[in-house]
Amino acid sequence: MSETLNLILKVWRQQGPADVGRFEEIDAKGIPVDASFLEMLDIINERLIENGADPVAFDHDCREGICGTCSLVINGMPHGPKQTTTCQLHMRSFRDGDVIWIEPFRANAFPVIKDLTVDRTAFDRIIAAGGYVSVRTGAAPDANSMPVPKEQADDAFDAATCIGCGACVAACPNASAMLFAAAKIGHLDSLPQGKPETRRRVLAMVRTMDAEGFGNCTNHYECEAACPKEISADWITRMNRLHNKAATIEAVR
Amino acid sequence: MMTQLSRFYASSIGKKAVVAVTGAGLLAFVFAHMTGNLLIYLGPDAINAYGRFLHELGHGTAIWFARLGLLAMFGLHIVATVQLTRQNRAARPRGYALDGCQRTTSAARFMIVSGLTVLAFVIYHLMHFTLGVGNDYRTAEEYFTMLDGERVHNIHQMVVDGFSVWPVSVFYILAMFLLCWHLMHGFSSVFQTLGAQTHGTRRIVRYAGYGFAAVILIGNTSIPLAVLFGLVS
Repeated sequence: MSETLNLILKVWRQQGPADVGRFEEIDAKGIPVDASFLEMLDIINERLIENGADPVAFDHDCREGICGTCSLVINGMPHGPKQTTTCQLHMRSFRDGDVIWIEPFRANAFPVIKDLTVDRTAFDRIIAAGGYVSVRTGAAPDANSMPVPKEQADDAFDAATCIGCGACVAACPNASAMLFAAAKIGHLDSLPQGKPETRRRVLAMVRTMDAEGFGNCTNHYECEAACPKEISADWITRMNRLHNKAATIEAVR
Repeated sequence: MMTQLSRFYASSIGKKAVVAVTGAGLLAFVFAHMTGNLLIYLGPDAINAYGRFLHELGHGTAIWFARLGLLAMFGLHIVATVQLTRQNRAARPRGYALDGCQRTTSAARFMIVSGLTVLAFVIYHLMHFTLGVGNDYRTAEEYFTMLDGERVHNIHQMVVDGFSVWPVSVFYILAMFLLCWHLMHGFSSVFQTLGAQTHGTRRIVRYAGYGFAAVILIGNTSIPLAVLFGLVS
């Protein structure tokens, strides 16, 4: 038998978008230290269901840290105290007797659907505004027909590791989505396939981001501290530069 | 052109750029103002001559260009930051039960508070020395002196008398702490917002900002302290 923990959970419960919501205290006894945070919630939910209560709604999918579906703000930190996704956070990061506050990502642009699940389709609309390379007709190009310098490929890959989980928005004191937008813009701007459309892309994506009701970056750097993929706020520096250049060219053209 | 300008200002990054550019101008002003102030240590003639120089530059037009420019920079800086702050608060209507912030600083979190307090100080400062509200620094004969056979405003006497009132000096010193707290975050934010820093220079820019704030703090607070301790009289 592995070691177990007795915890007290303060879980956000909210019936739906219109409900005001409240914290509910749940006793979590006998939680194995080897359980992931989501497995801990599974155990809690099984017990709630056995007792005829409403289980806690939370988002999850791959449970291997690559899909960006899991969320949660744990003790005020998106994805909890470790710089990883909630599914890769294990209960060994907590101590026996701990009180754990579990909340949804809080942002006007991410309305709560139920309990800990939030609607993150605002991110999809930012991508739809320009987070792609326009389709060209014809056969698929040969591999390596377009040489990409190693440094640029590495940069693009660093930005492309963004899984769109929204932890940056949750961590930002202003609920700004700039790290997300900057990673997507920077990823495509780093590659010869994406670069030609950078000006159009950065203006369209930033305008959509603003229209969705996200806040404005005030350079707290909380986003990069929370990002499970360790994406640097240097991408925001670059997005600011690209945006101002694109807006200037648009204005004087 | 006007459409594009308003579109630029309407965007988050556009407003931030306005804050950064005006902030950079105000940083330059704060530094120039401090170096001018420090002339007080060279005796009455130095600072009085400097005052005359500023008032006579461009046959007296330069000071008005500077004043209008500063007013515009202050105005844009304040309007844009207040709008951004309101949007930021609307973007997170409900905060978290626990504060899990890991990297930000108190300076960054209280920019609007320090900024608006500094605004209140600037208004007081202008009434105190520039307009001479509630005092006779601008009218009484003792605040004029002869310099190279010319009747000039005796700035040195005004500063000494102004800071000899200790509550006034304490208020000025507190205001400088708030200003420098504001600059600690403001300096590096100019570079980040304008995209003028890189991964390699981010840390250097941050510490340069702390250094800049420290220089302003020491330079400006030294003057009321020097007057209070009788080093300048």
